[in-house]
Amino acid sequence: MEGFNVITKKHFIVGGIFLILILLFLMPFYAKPYLVISLTNILMYIILTVSWVIFSGPTHYISLASAAFFGVGIYTSALLGKTLPLTVVVVTGGFASFILAFFIGLLTLRLRGMYFIIFTFSISELIRHSLLWWETNVTGTVGRWVVMVSHNTVYYIILTIFMITFIIAYIIRRSRVGLALRCIGEQEEAAIHIGINSTLIKTFTFAISALFMGSTGAIMATRWTYIDPRIAFDPHLSFMPVLMAIFGGTIHLYGPLLGATIFAYLEEILTTKFPYYYMLLFGAILIVVILFLPHGLFGMIQKRLKGGPK
Amino acid sequence: MPILEGKKVTKYFGGLAALYQVDFDINPGEVVGLIGPNGAGKTTLFNLISGFLPITAGEIRYKGKKINGLNPNQICRQGVARTFQSTKLFAGMTVFENVLAASLFGSKRTVSIPEAESETLELLEFVDLLSLRTMLAKDLPIAYQKRLEVARALATKPDLLMLDEVMAGLNPVEVVEAMGLVAKIRDRGITIFMIEHVMKAIMEVCDRIIVLHHGNKIAEGKPEDVANSPKVIEIYLGEQTHARSQ
Amino acid sequence: MFETILNIIIAGLIMGGIYALIAVGLSLQYGVGRVLNISHGEFIMIGAFATWSLYTLLGISPLLSLIICGPFLFFLGFIIHRTLFQYLRGKSESMGAFADSSLLASFGLLFIIQNIALLIWKADLRGYSYLNSPVNILGAIFTANRIVALFFAVIISLVFYLFLSHTRMGKAIRASAEDPMIAQVMGVNIHRMLAICFGLGALMAGFAGPLISMMYEIQPTMGIEYTIIAIIVVVLGGLGSITGSLIGGFSLGLIGSIVTYFNPGLSLIAYYVIFILLLLIRPTGILGK
Repeated sequence: MEGFNVITKKHFIVGGIFLILILLFLMPFYAKPYLVISLTNILMYIILTVSWVIFSGPTHYISLASAAFFGVGIYTSALLGKTLPLTVVVVTGGFASFILAFFIGLLTLRLRGMYFIIFTFSISELIRHSLLWWETNVTGTVGRWVVMVSHNTVYYIILTIFMITFIIAYIIRRSRVGLALRCIGEQEEAAIHIGINSTLIKTFTFAISALFMGSTGAIMATRWTYIDPRIAFDPHLSFMPVLMAIFGGTIHLYGPLLGATIFAYLEEILTTKFPYYYMLLFGAILIVVILFLPHGLFGMIQKRLKGGPK
Repeated sequence: MPILEGKKVTKYFGGLAALYQVDFDINPGEVVGLIGPNGAGKTTLFNLISGFLPITAGEIRYKGKKINGLNPNQICRQGVARTFQSTKLFAGMTVFENVLAASLFGSKRTVSIPEAESETLELLEFVDLLSLRTMLAKDLPIAYQKRLEVARALATKPDLLMLDEVMAGLNPVEVVEAMGLVAKIRDRGITIFMIEHVMKAIMEVCDRIIVLHHGNKIAEGKPEDVANSPKVIEIYLGEQTHARSQ
Repeated sequence: MFETILNIIIAGLIMGGIYALIAVGLSLQYGVGRVLNISHGEFIMIGAFATWSLYTLLGISPLLSLIICGPFLFFLGFIIHRTLFQYLRGKSESMGAFADSSLLASFGLLFIIQNIALLIWKADLRGYSYLNSPVNILGAIFTANRIVALFFAVIISLVFYLFLSHTRMGKAIRASAEDPMIAQVMGVNIHRMLAICFGLGALMAGFAGPLISMMYEIQPTMGIEYTIIAIIVVVLGGLGSITGSLIGGFSLGLIGSIVTYFNPGLSLIAYYVIFILLLLIRPTGILGK
């Protein structure tokens, strides 16, 4: 009977998710260290991509400032890591990015389309170049050392951030805020006219997504141990979440999850031996996706499963 | 007290006056038409009232309170809603979601989701779109799109509804249906300010008509009076014709 | 003192000439084709590396490479637009959707072109010396290649400007930029026109590349910085205004030269600051409508 089938399917999905989570949590006990490290990197990309989608997915404001928020988290770690406990540093990194994003949001969210994209990229690059100039010319030392932390600790913290990010992303998506974001993305002028305070909602959501990026940066800094402005604010980290999200699809949260997992995994295996081939492949896949898979990989999978459009 | 008042409303775009010292008022419960040739400034006036564009000079008051200078979302929550000349629906969202969003965000107090959902269903019933509620807005034919936009505006619980050419693009049958809908809205106690080119509708539905031309108000009054005014006939309908014989 | 100022001005014009060329190129691609071509810098890079290869392997003068690279990149740009971007344009539901998808597609191009170049030439800096002898202009000293580069940048800009204002094709281009629909109604084959404009944008890159390679060392990752500068100049001069891009390019070059005189590392930062202020205060640009 139909009712019975629906319950079983939901239980199956929830059960499956629980199982995966348990497996993930137990990884350091049964998996080799390099696997744990790989998974840490993959989770990093997943968090960046999912947080990016929280704001940019529904609103279609393509932000290229992810590197700025990630980098702020990294520098928080570098500056405070020696004096404060790890969890405090991670949370502070998140909030520092939150504040930066909020400030940027208030300044710029009246810019739309291309202007917004270029602006967010410029802010990120401005921070990178300014910090580099400052460290080179004013303080004299470029780069900093970050307190090292065990691989397993990093892994658990990242896993926790991932879960929180995904849950919050899910809640936002299903809430009235999520509906408002979609209205803004569809037709912002009309959204404003039906009572949506688009500036506030955009700014707030943008800042939330930055929060997760910042805390991820704070913890990843402890893995890299040496950081400088070029590493911390690398534009690569602004481009990748965008491309992974487009590849995976931005309509459902599984899209960025899928896209980031596949590409982060590819990067893991290809980047040491064939870094240029990896990026070349990425570029080619990106074009293919844009041309033939407008809803990303997940969108295509959804269509196949349902056997037709919508 | 008038529900909406404009005093010397002026709007300049660069050196061009789109509206110049226009005075108007709308009383609660009225259906007032706004007509004039293309470029007369009608939609500009709506844009000023709804807060989408800043006013250059003058004042607009809603229920006695000055509203020029507020954001559109604030003005909406005060009780002023509008539709657009070319529909601005949330194209990729369903009919239901279009109205639901307005219901959730459009009123001063916070509305719970179950409350908003039942309001949405009631409004969709009111505009006769209930059976299409799961369709995407972009897949609707134009007449239904216009109705959806009206439903969406109504969901914000306005006391004043501004309709911008809600009958444009409709065939005669659909025009009659739209006129019926306007009457139903008026029966709910909502004041209506409507821009229209379809003369038949304006003449039959409106209590009063305001006429704009090149940004100036050139006439105002009951439909018959406006239709017979030589000034209006000259600028709008050509020298030899009467509005009535249209 | 006079020599210093002259030095700054001429250095500014030299850089400005390059900026003007690449900005005009981007402006054509964006203003008419509505494609924000993030891979613009990669076309410049191709021009630069092709020139390097032709010179170091075959001894072909960079000036000759101008005539080789320019048209070659024009055709490359034309074909890419006719296939990739026009297909996207047809498939997009709105101009907004097209703007986003074309931007992302050009990202894809960026990765593809840059990494092919990295595979061929590796990541090292490369350079060559050509016309290296110093030239003395009223006390300011420059290597001959820079003066030659400035000369060609100015000539190309001028020729192009005249082309736009006085030829039928040029007028068709300007019409298409102003209003593609009306242009079409007036008989312009808009599909071909868009591809031609995109190609012309690539042509500018094809001219800038060789000139840059004469003056500086190059590496396959050089593209992005030039793309950014082109974007800054285009916004500075006003989106869609070719004259704006020309003036903006030379202006930015002068500003960069002045800043470099006081503190070499700050010029890019200065560009970004100007850009950000511009976007916040006057996004339509200094000369924009």
